Amino acid sequence: MKNIIAIYRRELGSYFVSPIAYSVIGVFLAIVGLVFYFGMFSRIITDVMRYRMQAMQSGQAGDIDVPLILLQQLMGFAATVSLFMVPMLTMGSYAEERKRGTMEMLMTSPLTELQIVLGKFFSGLTLYILLIAPTLVFNLYVAKFSDPSFPWRILWSSYLGLVLLGAVLIAIGLFISSLTENQIVAGVVTFAVALMLWIINIFASDAGTTTGQVLQYLSVIRHYEDFTRGVIDTTSLVFYLTLTALGLFLTWQSLNSMRWRRA
Amino acid sequence: MIEVEHLTKSYGRGNAVSDISFKVNKGEIVGFLGPNGAGKTTTMRIITGYLPATSGTARISGFDVAEQSLEVRKRIGYLPETPPLYPEMSVHAYLEFIARIKGVATADITNRTNYAMEATGLLERKDDLIKRLSRGYKQRVGIAQAIVHDPDVVILDEPTNGLDPNQILEVRNLINRLSGEHTIILSTHILKEVEETCQRVVIINKGRIVAEDTPQNLSKQRAGSERTHLLIRGDEAAVKAAIGTIEGIHSIEAKDKEGLLDVTVENQAGTDLRSQIAARVVTSGFELFELRSESLSLEEVFRQLTTEEKTEAAS
Ligand SMILES: Nc1ncnc2c1ncn2[C@@H]1O[C@H](COP(=O)(O)OP(=O)(O)O)[C@@H](O)[C@H]1O
Ligand SMILES: [Mg+2]
Repeated sequence: MKNIIAIYRRELGSYFVSPIAYSVIGVFLAIVGLVFYFGMFSRIITDVMRYRMQAMQSGQAGDIDVPLILLQQLMGFAATVSLFMVPMLTMGSYAEERKRGTMEMLMTSPLTELQIVLGKFFSGLTLYILLIAPTLVFNLYVAKFSDPSFPWRILWSSYLGLVLLGAVLIAIGLFISSLTENQIVAGVVTFAVALMLWIINIFASDAGTTTGQVLQYLSVIRHYEDFTRGVIDTTSLVFYLTLTALGLFLTWQSLNSMRWRRA
Repeated sequence: MIEVEHLTKSYGRGNAVSDISFKVNKGEIVGFLGPNGAGKTTTMRIITGYLPATSGTARISGFDVAEQSLEVRKRIGYLPETPPLYPEMSVHAYLEFIARIKGVATADITNRTNYAMEATGLLERKDDLIKRLSRGYKQRVGIAQAIVHDPDVVILDEPTNGLDPNQILEVRNLINRLSGEHTIILSTHILKEVEETCQRVVIINKGRIVAEDTPQNLSKQRAGSERTHLLIRGDEAAVKAAIGTIEGIHSIEAKDKEGLLDVTVENQAGTDLRSQIAARVVTSGFELFELRSESLSLEEVFRQLTTEEKTEAAS
């Protein structure tokens, strides 16, 4: 535990002196903020128009839950931006360590490989949580003026989903970073893999077949959509946690084999 | 303290290290001397548990480096060929981190980092970021991280590599200061290095140990010998037979040089055999064109031990 904390603290400290962490957080908040400010209104206007049309056709007036639309839009967008940002956070984690020769120091220290893996993972996750935390401000702003009453349950389940999604991306990113000395390669490959998991359901044109169902299940974003509708489904929880654990396990194996692969 | 037995390491084709055995006793400083590519780094990586050996064993404080790696890693301080530094950290934050992962008790961390910084002359730079340090200072940080947890054994891979002469001197003094407290094994491809710091030298070439002794004995044995060059007209075998019977001669080599025989005779230092050799050549009926003598420098001893053709002649 002491070792995990030591790795965790060093890693987090390094993030905060590196320009990458600050640019990633800055860009993330800028994009999410801008979209929130400008994009949302046009979306609401189109929604209002649509509801009006429907109301005219059917003869009854429908209510529009503006706060809910805002929340779901924002959280959906935060997830998409995470997809681009997380690879930048994880790409250097092991790759740089190998390039600078500090891996040799870690591997000849009385640490287990698992301690290294966990220390790095939790520091990445902490940074990610710090990255998305400020978006709460946008949501709380909406909540303040909310009428009808703000969907708090959906807010918290969405954030739970966003953190779980981040954990998956980080675990995958760290694994890929452990495979190479080149952090740019690590970043690009991570992005590609994450994108695959993101859009894999597109290939499931027919959800009726078994393959279709598997592809649907593997889509990271479909599970996330459950969370943004306030549904905390065990299947989704299991899916995210399994993928995260798998990423960590593979990283652990990658470090283990590093000791023997150099043969 | 360190026991290496029949260590062999192959990276696929050919052996990087072949059947190496040596011992380092407690408190000793041993130099691991060899040209680039001799297998020094490979051997050190095996001893530290970073690389598995193909065959053979290595033990540190009685623990097998492959079977009881964690126990071994608790007891060693290791400076790899490139110092393992985090450039964005300050010197003392870095050393505190190292102390933590090397298992120093929390209460002792400040003491130990101060000790390491004092021993390496880093106290006045303790708040500097590592990336702002000069090469020499970075190397000191590398050595500091190898001793911060007070390990039984300190393993330094080319600690003076890439430093300027002043920095080399500083590091050498630093190693001398450490010598009382730790068992040290250091590698280098520079002969002077081991002469001045080590109690014992293991010379390695092409993955094999070619000599092992105190620097004094090595100098006496080899650097003590003298060389005589002769230019003779005559048959090679006959010349060798004639000169070879003179007492005190170690080796004779001959090669053709513009129709004449260029002969190099090696003999024990202090025994000036020039007149004897000259007399023998002439009385045997050969024509003598040139005769000159030279002493073997230490550099040449090393070269001699680490160049293949001459290794055979010298042994
Ligand atoms: N990772 C590796 N893969 C393949 N060959 C290697 C590797 N590391 C070293 N070698 C080879 O092993 C030999 C010994 O190298 P090394 O131990 O680095 O020597 P030294 O440290 O004495 O310069 C060299 O011929 C080198 O090319
Ligand atoms: Mg080397």
